[in-house]
Amino acid sequence: MSTLALRPLANTLYRNNNLFLFLLLTPPLLWFGVAYLGSLFALLWQSFYTFDSFSMSVSPEFTLENYRSLFDATNLDIILRTLGMAISVTLACAAIAFPIAYYMTRYATPRERGCFYVGVMLPMWASYIVKAYAWTVILSQQGILYWFINHLGLTNGLNQVLQLPIIGGNTLATSNLGRFIVFTYLWLPFMILPIQAALERVPSNLLQASSDLGARPGQTFRKILFPLVFPGVIAGSIFTFSLTLGDYIIPQLIGPSGLYIGNMVYTMQGSVGNMPLAAAFTVVPIVLIAIYLKMAKRAGAFDAL
Amino acid sequence: MTIAVEFSSVSRHYGSVKAVDSVSIAIAEGEFFSMLGPSGSGKTTCLRLIAGFEQPTSGSIKIFGKEVANTPPYEREVNTVFQDYALFPHMNVLENVAYGLRVKDVANIECMKRAEDALALVALAEYGQRKPSELSGGQRQRVALARALVNRPRVLLLDEPLGALDLKLREKMQMELKTLHKKLGITFIYVTHDQGEALAMSDRVAVFNRGRIEQVDTPRNLYTQPKTSFVADFVGTANVVSGDLAQLIVGDRQPFSIRPEHIRMDGTGEVSVNGVVADIQYHGATSKIEVDVSGQSIAMVVSNTEQPDAQLPEIGKNLSLCWSKTHMVMLETA
Repeated sequence: MSTLALRPLANTLYRNNNLFLFLLLTPPLLWFGVAYLGSLFALLWQSFYTFDSFSMSVSPEFTLENYRSLFDATNLDIILRTLGMAISVTLACAAIAFPIAYYMTRYATPRERGCFYVGVMLPMWASYIVKAYAWTVILSQQGILYWFINHLGLTNGLNQVLQLPIIGGNTLATSNLGRFIVFTYLWLPFMILPIQAALERVPSNLLQASSDLGARPGQTFRKILFPLVFPGVIAGSIFTFSLTLGDYIIPQLIGPSGLYIGNMVYTMQGSVGNMPLAAAFTVVPIVLIAIYLKMAKRAGAFDAL
Repeated sequence: MTIAVEFSSVSRHYGSVKAVDSVSIAIAEGEFFSMLGPSGSGKTTCLRLIAGFEQPTSGSIKIFGKEVANTPPYEREVNTVFQDYALFPHMNVLENVAYGLRVKDVANIECMKRAEDALALVALAEYGQRKPSELSGGQRQRVALARALVNRPRVLLLDEPLGALDLKLREKMQMELKTLHKKLGITFIYVTHDQGEALAMSDRVAVFNRGRIEQVDTPRNLYTQPKTSFVADFVGTANVVSGDLAQLIVGDRQPFSIRPEHIRMDGTGEVSVNGVVADIQYHGATSKIEVDVSGQSIAMVVSNTEQPDAQLPEIGKNLSLCWSKTHMVMLETA
C-alpha cells in the first residue's frame, strides 16, 4: 500500500483527536485492565472462597475465615518475620544507596556516571537464581567470605555476631544476617536508581541558596535536599519493600528455617491447593504497602512533588 | 568610607580558562555597584566569589576588612538573589522567607514577625501561604528579594535578578530596587548584562570583558568618557573609529569614539566626513541612519520631533557628517 493511500486515514486521525486517542489507548488499557488488574481482582475474589480441609477442595462460598486465619499465631509469625526483614532491607538499601546516588549526581563526570549506571545495572542482567545460588556458596563455611574474614583475623568477631539472637545462626548461610545481606544485595539497584533520578531533579542552586542563607551543610541536607529527594527514597523503598515481601526463593536457600509470605503463598496454592488462603496471604503485602504509603504521605513524602 | 568588599588581584581559573583574571576592585559600604559585561565575561563568577560558592585560584577577597578565603557561604554576611530565584519548592512563601532565620535558631515568633515584615517590604504580605509555583515571575522575584533581606545582610548580591522578566516589569522593578537600596542603606552588588539597567540604577559600574575589568566609573563618566573601545561600544552605542579611517578623519590612527546622537548633518562642527546612506531605521522618537564611510559603517541618530520625515536623507544618497571635537573621546589602543 502506498503512503498516498494512507493519507486519508492519517488526515482523519489528525482531525479527530478522540478517535486517535481511542485507537492508541485501547490495546494497552485492555492489557493493563485484564492482565494486571483483572487477574489480581480474580485472585482477591478467591480469598473469600471456602476451603474444605477435609476434602481438600475449594467451594465458592463466601467466608472471612481465610482473613481471620491470617491472625493465627503461626501465620502472624510468618507475616511479622517477612515484614521485619522487608523493613531492615529497605533501611539498609536506603542507607547504602543515598551516598552512591549522591556521588553519581553531584560529583561524577558524565563518563564516571555512565560507569556507575552500568555498575548498578550489571547485576540485574544476571539471572536471579544464579545470584541466589552464588550467594549460598559465598556465605558457606568454605566460602570466600569466611576465608576473607579469617584472613582479617575477625573470625571470633563473626562468631560472636552469629551468636546474637534473631540475626544469628550456625553459619552465615543459615543466619538471618546472611539472608539480610543477600536481600540487600539483590534489591540495592532498585533503590539507587529512583534516588538518583530524584537527586538529579534538585537544582544545585537550591543548595547554594540554602547555604547562602546561613544553613550549615547538615541543615541544608535535612531541610532542603532530603525533603526534595524523599519521594525518590519512597519510590525505591516500595520496590525493596514489596520485592522482599513477595520473595520465596531466598528464604528457601539462605537463612534459618521458617516460612515467608511468599513461601506460604507458594505452598498453599501449590502442594496444599488452598488457593483461598494463598489469596488472602497475597493481600497482606498490598495492605502493608498501602499503610506504608499512607504513613509516608503523612510524613510529607509527597509534598515536594 | 568603609570598604565593604575588596578584591586584590583575584583570579579564578577553570583549567586553562581564566574566568576571572587578576581583578582588583574596592566597593564602598552603601554603594549600588554594578558588574556589567557580556555573558562569559566573569561578572557572575566574581559575584559567586563574594558569596563563597567559588574559591579564588589566587588573590585575596575581603569583606569588611576580613579575609574570607576560608569562610564558607553560610558564615558570610552577604546574601544572594539568584538569577532564577532558587525558591524552595516544598515550602510556602512565608517559610521560604523565614528560612534564613530558622536555620539560625531565631525564636519562632520573631522569625515569623521578621519574615512577614520582609514580605511586606516587597508588597507581598498577602501571599505568605502560597507555594512558589503559584506565583508569577515578578512575584517570585520579590520573594527571592525578601528571603535574601530577612537576614539583614550588610551586602546584597543580585545575580541578573530581572533577567527573566518582561520589559515593563523590569523597569518597574528597577525603580523598586533603587528605592529599596536607598531605604536600607546597605551595599548592593548587581550583576547584569543590560547596560541600560546598570546605568539607570548604579552609583558605580565595573565593565567586564574576558575576565578582566575594563573600566570602573560612574554611569555618566562611563558613557561620556569611555576609556577603551570595548566600553565605548558596550555602554550605549558608539562609533569606534580607528586605523585608516581615523587617519582620514582626524589625521591620527589612534582610535576614538563618537556617539550617534552627536553626529549632525547640518554642517556644524569642526570634523566632517562624507559617506553614502546605507540604511534608515525608524525607532519612534528617533531614526537611526547608517552611513557607509570608506567601507565602515557609521551610525547617527536624529530626533524625529526636530527632524520631520521629509528631511531625512534617502538611501544611496551622499551625506556629509560632522561633529564637534568636544564630543569625540580618544580611546586607549587595545
